[in-house]
Amino acid sequence: MKPAPFVHHAPRTVEEAVAVLGEVGHDGKVLAGGQSLIPVLNMRLATPAHLVDINAVAGLDTVEVRGGAVRVGALARQRRVERSEEVAAALPLLCEALTFVAHPVIRNRGTCVGSLAHADAAAELPAVLALTGGVVEVVGPGGRREFPVADFFRGALETALAPDELAVAARFPLLPPGTGTVFTESARRHGDYALAGVAAAVSIQDGVVSSARASFVSVTDVPLVLDVTEAVRGQEAPLARWDGAADLVHDVVDPESDIHASAGYRRALVTELARRAFADAASRAVKEGDSAA
Amino acid sequence: MLPDTTGGGRVEVTVHVNGVPHSATVEPRRLLSDFLRHDLGLTGTHVGCEHGVCGACTVLVDGEPMRSCLMFAVSAQHHQVTTVEGLAGADGGLGPEQRAFVECHGLQCGFCTPGFLTTVTAFLRDNPQPSAEEAREAISGNLCRCTGYQNIVRSVLRAAEIRAGRAADCAGPPAGQPTAPPAGEAVG
Repeated sequence: MKPAPFVHHAPRTVEEAVAVLGEVGHDGKVLAGGQSLIPVLNMRLATPAHLVDINAVAGLDTVEVRGGAVRVGALARQRRVERSEEVAAALPLLCEALTFVAHPVIRNRGTCVGSLAHADAAAELPAVLALTGGVVEVVGPGGRREFPVADFFRGALETALAPDELAVAARFPLLPPGTGTVFTESARRHGDYALAGVAAAVSIQDGVVSSARASFVSVTDVPLVLDVTEAVRGQEAPLARWDGAADLVHDVVDPESDIHASAGYRRALVTELARRAFADAASRAVKEGDSAA
Repeated sequence: MLPDTTGGGRVEVTVHVNGVPHSATVEPRRLLSDFLRHDLGLTGTHVGCEHGVCGACTVLVDGEPMRSCLMFAVSAQHHQVTTVEGLAGADGGLGPEQRAFVECHGLQCGFCTPGFLTTVTAFLRDNPQPSAEEAREAISGNLCRCTGYQNIVRSVLRAAEIRAGRAADCAGPPAGQPTAPPAGEAVG
């Protein structure tokens, strides 16, 4: 239960970090919060020869709401984003999702961008990035580029990041006015990996549902966004029937069986979670409309 | 040229532990938990699962609880670390959390206790008057195989009282729980 030896690099700038990553190539891993990486190292499931520790890189610990998005830098700890009143007001979905990420002590060190780069199908933040249509900002030897979320996640634990690229920030776009959101998940114990989870966003115009979408945790390889608007279009928000939407969820997810739950159970669970999440999101949208009026 | 701080070998690390700077020359793969125990001889921090689940190794880093098994000593360089040895009261006696755990029988074998004490210390600093439910949530990331947690929740609430200077004892169930089943409800 000790990591294999590695060379520790402590770059001070993004450019230095990218230069080191370019030299060590596939033998290197980026260390930010380390709350997923270090368990893997301790168990020797991975034995990278080089760790590029970005904790001393200046300017990456930013959390800001601007340009219609919440932007978090690569060293923004999850707990800080969760506790940010500015973020809670702008994008409550992000803060609600963060409360489901492991335990507070883990969130004190873990980073939002690290969670995205780790790309665990059981992680909460990829589902939020997907539902908001977010972007991952990356710096490599060729300069800066951006990945829309649909291009970033390639498979379980796999992203489009090249070995010589560093994810420096992520942007979670704000949702339109009149939108209510819910993040919920089910785990055997709070803080464990979810058996299934849902992020839902329901928009209301003139009292009727105008848009309803969801993304999922632990039941798809990569975070997909399901638009169920057609199943509820034109229904009055508080009375909307979500059975048709839940059926669409049931048909689109592709869970796997493991020692914690069968595929069938996960499918049934996420379907029910989604039904409740849509209804609760619609209620929140109505409330938001009432308080704005 | 790589900005390699280690040369691939050993590196001198200085960490402020309980207000005192400590230095040791270690490999960069040295976990903070092992640095505290083996290099500094501060064996109050206990090591359970070594992958972040059990919470026994929790220490305060710049005042915030973190898993010392999920940090490298080099990452704690120049940061302030507080271990259970640093939780004593100003007079060198037990601190309020430690007194509460003693009074309320919040430990049995004691292996998990250092992680609970550091976690609870930070929690009560941020939330000095928690409900029983909040106390339970606060310790949800720490495992105890002995107590069944009831007395640990009592200890957290009792520690809040001691910190507030209120005289009381920890007898009875945690606040917010009924002392007896509601009338009419079958028992057993």
